[in-house]
Amino acid sequence: MNQTHLQIRDLSVWYGARQVLRNVSLDIPDRQITAILGPSGCGKTTLLRSLNRLLETDADVRLEGQVLVDGENIYAAGGDLTRIRRKMGLLSQKPQVLPMSIYDNVAYGPRIHGERDRRRLDGIVERQLRVAGLWDEVSDRLRSPATRLSIGQQQRLCLARGLAVGPEIILGDEPTSALDPKASRNVEERLLDLKQDYTIVLVTHILRQAKRIADHVVFLYLGEVVEAGPAREFFAHPRQELTRQYLDGVIS
Amino acid sequence: MRGSRRYWEERAAKALMLLSLGLVVGSLLVILGVVAVKGFSALTWQMLTQTPRGGYYLGKEGGILNAILGSLYLGAGATALAFAVSLPVALYLRVFAGQASVPARVVRFAMDLLWGVPSIVYGALGFVVMVLLGLRASLGAAILTVSLFELPILVRAMDEVLRMVPAEIDEASYSVGATRSETAFRVVTRQALPGLLTAVLLAFGRGIGDTASVLFTAGFTDRVPTSLCAPAATLPLAVFFQLGSPIPEVRNRAYAAAAVLTLIVFAVSLLGRGLARMAARNVVR
Repeated sequence: MNQTHLQIRDLSVWYGARQVLRNVSLDIPDRQITAILGPSGCGKTTLLRSLNRLLETDADVRLEGQVLVDGENIYAAGGDLTRIRRKMGLLSQKPQVLPMSIYDNVAYGPRIHGERDRRRLDGIVERQLRVAGLWDEVSDRLRSPATRLSIGQQQRLCLARGLAVGPEIILGDEPTSALDPKASRNVEERLLDLKQDYTIVLVTHILRQAKRIADHVVFLYLGEVVEAGPAREFFAHPRQELTRQYLDGVIS
Repeated sequence: MRGSRRYWEERAAKALMLLSLGLVVGSLLVILGVVAVKGFSALTWQMLTQTPRGGYYLGKEGGILNAILGSLYLGAGATALAFAVSLPVALYLRVFAGQASVPARVVRFAMDLLWGVPSIVYGALGFVVMVLLGLRASLGAAILTVSLFELPILVRAMDEVLRMVPAEIDEASYSVGATRSETAFRVVTRQALPGLLTAVLLAFGRGIGDTASVLFTAGFTDRVPTSLCAPAATLPLAVFFQLGSPIPEVRNRAYAAAAVLTLIVFAVSLLGRGLARMAARNVVR
């Protein structure tokens, strides 16, 4: 079997004495949208945050197992954290723009990684804003503060910011939960476009969203993977009783 | 409702709050009033533009330009130095140590203690060090002493400001591969900039107005300081010396010097507020 970009091997996570992930093993398929589903508190966000080592910013976290990105365990000692995180763009629940202009938000990552050339930066900013579907709305006010944008625009700006450092993977933590239906739709469409070039992992608690855009579904319950597989099969023929109950809305 | 116990409690609480507010605003106005009335009547253009001539302290010709410039140099130098030391401390606690960590608590406790140490103790410390190193009272020694005095004010004020920066902003920066120090200086600092400016203002006001810490360390001279090794006159000491004079004109000039000092703090406050408003343009709310 071919290696995928992103593999999780026997991952367990504890917050203090409480175990929130139990022996999770997954192969995230390349260039598809994988939705992580499950009731709140099941460990979805923890799983996502473990993928780019953001969990370590929280105190009192213990982790066992491996996360392999292109075959390299990101938790191996001496792993270069900034290089690992650069491979993944992150969309958070509430879009979090940086306290600077629209342009500087997108240019922030490339500048940190050493890009100084004005013309190349201009090119990156325009390209990624176009990919994020924001260029036409902001091209005449790139210098104004990012906070002036609507919340839906801010989320697409965060997408452009993440893409600007050339990741292979996009992580989304309920990226549409703070947005209105129209802005959500817009972000979903961007993700559908982007899966041609990127591997996308999306945490969501909205079943309909997973049905609309996911190719692959992982169902987590109490920190364990109950069922994982292609979306069509998952929704049409769930193999597990728990999955059936979740889909029927018995557990949520 | 009317006439009930809760009604009267509400009235009493409101009256108490208004009373306290009146006391605060009232005492500010009285201080400003005394300084303005007594100070501006004695204040002349000559006082602002000339250094003391012979016999100035007996009520003759001259001004306090030496003390005005001395205080400005001292305030600016000490605040700049204290800022350069305290910003990294506050950022370290925010980004590296974590704000609930043991180092953060130790530093906070230490700074609270230092904040409470009277400024004459800083002055005495500065004096001891000077004597030990065989130095004279000078602008440089005073800058060092006053910056030490401002340090706890700045660190604690900045620490509180940085605590208000949401952790999600750090994560947004980490997620594009930024290191902790890049996140600290490029993102956290920018987000907190208006508050940091306010902290600097606070420290500047305290530093430029403090008398006891410069009493032994700055010296006093009729000349405008030309180097860090030269002694420097300061406005608080100009007030102090002139107020002790038996000559009424000289005492009035003490109020004029106090008015100038107050005006400087006022002007710097306004300037700082303007800058803070500009810096707030990009802040994420």
